Amino acid sequence: MANKVPITLKVNGAERSAEVQPRTLLVHFLREDLGLTGTHIGCDTTQCGACTILVDGKSAKSCTLFAVQADGADITTIEGVASDGDLHPVQEGFWEEHGLQCGYCTPGMIMSAIHLLNENKSPSEQEIREGISGNFCRCTGYQHIVNAIKYAANKG
Amino acid sequence: MAIITPKMIGERVKRREDPRLIQGRATYVDDIKIAGMLHLAFRRSDIAHGIIKSIDVSAAQAMPGVELVITGAELKEFLPPMPIGTPFPSPDHYSVAVDRVRYQGEPVAVVVAADRYLARDAADAIEIEYEPLPAVIDPERAMTGEPAIVHEAFANNLAVPYVPGGTGFDPVAGTVDNTAVDKAFAEADFVLSQRMLNQRLAPTAMEPRGVVAHYEPGKEHLTIWSSTQNPHILKTFVAALTGTPDNQVRAIAPEVGGGFGCKINIYGEDYVAAALSKKLGKPLKWIEDRSEAFQATIHGRDILAYVDIAGKNDGRVTGLKIKLIADIGAYNMILTAAIPTLTMLMLNGTYDIPAIRAELTEVFTNKMPTDAYRGAGRPEGAYFVERAMDMVARHLNMDPAEVKRKNFIKADQFPFATQMGAVYDSGDYEKTLDLALKNAKWEELKAERDRMRADGRIVGIGLSFYVEVCGLGPSASLPTGGWEYSSVTVERSGKITATTGASPHGQGNETTFSQMLSDQFGIPMGDITILHGDTGVVKQGIGTFGSRSQAVGGTALLKAGEKVKDKMARFAAALLNPNEETDTSNMVFAEGRISFKDAPGQSVGFSDVAAYAYVPVPLPAGMEPGLSDQAFFEPANNTYPYGAHIAMLEIDRETGEPRLLKMLAVDDAGTIINPLIVEGQLHGGLAQGIGQAMIEEVVYDEDGQLITGSFMDYAIPRATDFPWFELDKTVTPTPVNPLGAKGVGEAGTLGSTPCIVNAAVDALSPFGVKHIDMMLRPEKLWRIINEGATG
Amino acid sequence: MIPEEFEYKRAATLDEAISLMQSSGGEGKFLAGGHSLIPLMKLRLSEPGVLIDISRIPQINGITDQNGKVQVGAATTHAEVVSSDLIRRVCPVVAECAAEIGDPQVRNRGTMGGSLAHSDPSADYPAVMVALDAEIHLKGPGGWRAVKAGDFFQGMFTVDMAEDEIIAGIQLPPAQHAAYVKLHQRASHYAIVGIAAVLEMDGRTCTSARIGITGASTHAQRLTNVEAALAGKELTQANIDAAAAIADAGLEDVNSDIHASEAYRRAMVKVFTRRAIERAASR
Ligand SMILES: Cc1cc2nc3c(=O)[nH]c(=O)nc-3n(C[C@H](O)[C@H](O)[C@H](O)COP(=O)(O)OP(=O)(O)OC[C@H]3O[C@@H](n4cnc5c(N)ncnc54)[C@H](O)[C@@H]3O)c2cc1C
Ligand code: FES
Ligand code: FES
Repeated sequence: MANKVPITLKVNGAERSAEVQPRTLLVHFLREDLGLTGTHIGCDTTQCGACTILVDGKSAKSCTLFAVQADGADITTIEGVASDGDLHPVQEGFWEEHGLQCGYCTPGMIMSAIHLLNENKSPSEQEIREGISGNFCRCTGYQHIVNAIKYAANKG
Repeated sequence: MAIITPKMIGERVKRREDPRLIQGRATYVDDIKIAGMLHLAFRRSDIAHGIIKSIDVSAAQAMPGVELVITGAELKEFLPPMPIGTPFPSPDHYSVAVDRVRYQGEPVAVVVAADRYLARDAADAIEIEYEPLPAVIDPERAMTGEPAIVHEAFANNLAVPYVPGGTGFDPVAGTVDNTAVDKAFAEADFVLSQRMLNQRLAPTAMEPRGVVAHYEPGKEHLTIWSSTQNPHILKTFVAALTGTPDNQVRAIAPEVGGGFGCKINIYGEDYVAAALSKKLGKPLKWIEDRSEAFQATIHGRDILAYVDIAGKNDGRVTGLKIKLIADIGAYNMILTAAIPTLTMLMLNGTYDIPAIRAELTEVFTNKMPTDAYRGAGRPEGAYFVERAMDMVARHLNMDPAEVKRKNFIKADQFPFATQMGAVYDSGDYEKTLDLALKNAKWEELKAERDRMRADGRIVGIGLSFYVEVCGLGPSASLPTGGWEYSSVTVERSGKITATTGASPHGQGNETTFSQMLSDQFGIPMGDITILHGDTGVVKQGIGTFGSRSQAVGGTALLKAGEKVKDKMARFAAALLNPNEETDTSNMVFAEGRISFKDAPGQSVGFSDVAAYAYVPVPLPAGMEPGLSDQAFFEPANNTYPYGAHIAMLEIDRETGEPRLLKMLAVDDAGTIINPLIVEGQLHGGLAQGIGQAMIEEVVYDEDGQLITGSFMDYAIPRATDFPWFELDKTVTPTPVNPLGAKGVGEAGTLGSTPCIVNAAVDALSPFGVKHIDMMLRPEKLWRIINEGATG
Repeated sequence: MIPEEFEYKRAATLDEAISLMQSSGGEGKFLAGGHSLIPLMKLRLSEPGVLIDISRIPQINGITDQNGKVQVGAATTHAEVVSSDLIRRVCPVVAECAAEIGDPQVRNRGTMGGSLAHSDPSADYPAVMVALDAEIHLKGPGGWRAVKAGDFFQGMFTVDMAEDEIIAGIQLPPAQHAAYVKLHQRASHYAIVGIAAVLEMDGRTCTSARIGITGASTHAQRLTNVEAALAGKELTQANIDAAAAIADAGLEDVNSDIHASEAYRRAMVKVFTRRAIERAASR
């Protein structure tokens, strides 16, 4: 068995250290080792975006990073988005505008939306659609998700 | 049932299930962890058809962390073939292949290991030798027994050789009288014929399948968590197959990440997890990879139709003949063989067609079995009928709206018994069509299309009108039982706990059911909890499919609520009027208080009555303490919601790429509990219907290799694939249930698919195209435009 | 979903990366953004024994101006390219191309060096690199080497680079009259055909042209016949059409799959060549 490697990273503001097998995918590390199961897995070819998190502020598919690559990184998952019990405006938007049904795509979708709004404060409908083009939702047809992100943009 | 004054019902209420989902706090099956839990991995066949010559598990068995490696032949000793839910004859289908594999991805061996990484390593280390057999891929060729036979007992690969239906078919005698149909065709002004394929699709719920099974040897009790649409059916089937008494099995559907029909089935992996957990006495988990899902989760559709439609030159359709050939893949799953019969059932569409002959054949091939996928047989029916009606309009050079209008079942004909044996409950089709035409500015839209065409653009508009069968029941039409179950308990505090057997996976039942109880009991939604998805908590149930959770499950809920409310009224009356016999039949529950209708000023608090009911001193004569009851509801009939869809589509002349410019729908789903949720359901249905028309298709090559084995090759719609959907509604309540709700979960998939193909045919009609099969592959369209191909 | 085991090493410098590779016994692979390599490893289509993470080597990160040319570190992400003012000013076609790659998350991780080293037949960057005549800077045990993009791509997943060589950077010459257009495969959104056109213009006359193509064949290459047909011509519609009409003539080993047959791809090569030239000429 390959040697385990020590890593230290910041997850949702808290510093975490662990020893991981190099092949451990970041999404498995978050879910299994840290118990942060809000980040989901929907494919094995890096398309669906269910696993999206922020790595140093940028959206990334955590199924396509090894945990060792995130050594030293600052990571935000869906669990770290609300602050002091207050929902993030994007979360609020998803609730207000019914931006979810089964909820499986939702954490990843919210992380992509946060990244989008960080880069572009008031995106057009087309920019929103492009901003979430790396996230699949099979339930909603995306229209309420677009509304949810518009809601957050108007609030932010 | 007493009338409820709607207050919350009909409101755009935010969903109660959302706070956990938007914060990553929900528990899906892969989020479950049990101490000592081991992991399963399946080694699957990489060929489509062949005989298993040998399996060598020694290397896998020797790997560190591996607890068990087991083959199909070994499992067969204690795990019988999987049961199905239809009455058709069926070959044995083992959870894990025993001596022969029949589709790529069929499980061949199973590994149990300490974690999923090790399980995967060990599965890879199993050595299997096959003797390959020719793969049966083309269903029409398969019907001649070529190039091979999938199951020896089924000659010519005929799973279901012949099912007739329609005019002159006597289901009791099994006889077919063709007089009326022959006459209609003989006297017709025209007959149009077309072969149409409703292609194979992959359901792709975003959460793949998964199961955790935990057998506790001390208790002899099995708990199984599975990403399922119907935990009660899962419990029944798993109990039977693993030889565990069903009162020792608890099935739990935790948060379920979408189903769309593909999580109705109980799959081999569920049975294997349960059986091996029992064998090992340890909790086991299996989570499907997406590439496994493409190979080994049921596919949908794949029905071929030979359509002949006959009519008069004034636009009246007088006869329809449809021969259906369903490519059901390698085995029967739970509802496989029944799905195409639903296609048959809906072949009347929304039209008063006087003579219909339908014939169905189902064929085994070396592909993943098909089963229910959103719409389950009805979208195929709607598609064939709507395409045929559009062909009539095109042939007669009439407006498709006029052809529909001419042939519609009229509002005063309901309830309407169709040639196919359905009884449509209610409808006013013209009203819905008119609203759709008005919203689309139909005449202007046609003019706009013509202007765009004059500019050299390839543009078409499409119209479709669908009817679907929802609220599936009664029991005569569903082998699992056609009812639904609910219980309602008013707690001591005055809060309500209700359970429902309609286990949701995105439909928002916790919200809509709370809305209903809130109105029924006159207390805030926040005081109501809806429990579901756990057979240990919800005593009975069928499940959520066939757009039945609102119409059937919702009614069961109200029935249970009604029983509790009656009893509560009597407790309230005893508090208000301790010394008198009183009529409690019309007490008012409102604003958290209960009063006599005639004396609204004199009321008791809801929670006071609840407290009293549990410490009833004195106990009113003839009453038991407590406020809890249950109900089963079995509808007398299905419901038949309907709607009109309009699309505008442009095709890039140079590349053949289609682009949807407009998508508009007017649906009639009867009474609506929560418009926000209904819109969401409609959007989702539209998205899947558009997906089928434009970008989705499962493709196997001639060796039975799945070409579309990942999202790299199987497209599902992204946000960038859609225009803004324009929705509207008409409301024609159904008389079938007291709510008047018909169901909406699948509507969008019925109308949008033919609508878009109609638009594509319209766009390509200048090139002589009369029909084009889905999906709208750019290359196919490009060949029509640039090489004179005809669809 | 689950890769084979491997050893992980992180290199702090180019030299360290190279020596780690040399000591890996032929088992090593460089890891940059991981967005080509990790998907392959997850499907066990690639099973390296050692991964050498080069993404944090300072020397190969960043975008700088070098006497009017742009030097892009190999580990620069697609997103950094899209939002680089320098690139948008000096050779905007590269940003235009980067914006067409994958989706936002992919662009946040994937790197230019990784894309070129991997040389997927349907990757976007390679078309632009050959059209720009970009220079790829490699470092190996024997020192530095510069390879013109046109010589770098040699075949299916095959480039002019030894196992222990590493792409350090890419030098992009300025180009204003340039464009990249792409026919998206509708599932993966990789290029069925991607065409980059880089034109030298004198008024309306094209003094010279470089056309790069991806997606159609085993590897990115130039369409020299189209280039010749454009050189010295006024870019009238007729001249553009005539040049585009021969775009597929020299192509061999044209790809064919369920998304696009060879015949369709060949036709699309012409369509997108014309579109790329038109767009480049309009800039
Ligand atoms: C969902 C998805 C969609 C995508 N869509 C597109 C698309 O539309 N168009 C497109 O062009 N690409 C697409 N890609 C690929 C993406 O652009 C990759 O990021 C890129 O091809 C590889 O870059 P990387 O940094 O991720 O390389 P890695 O995956 O880290 O490495 C790829 C290969 O290059 C080698 N390598 C990496 N860096 C160097 C270096 N500096 N020197 C020598 N060798 C090196 C590695 O050893 C490896 O063999 C997509 C990827 C995904 C996951
Ligand atoms: S799990 Fe699908 S992209 Fe990561
Ligand atoms: S809400 Fe179910 S996949 Fe998006």
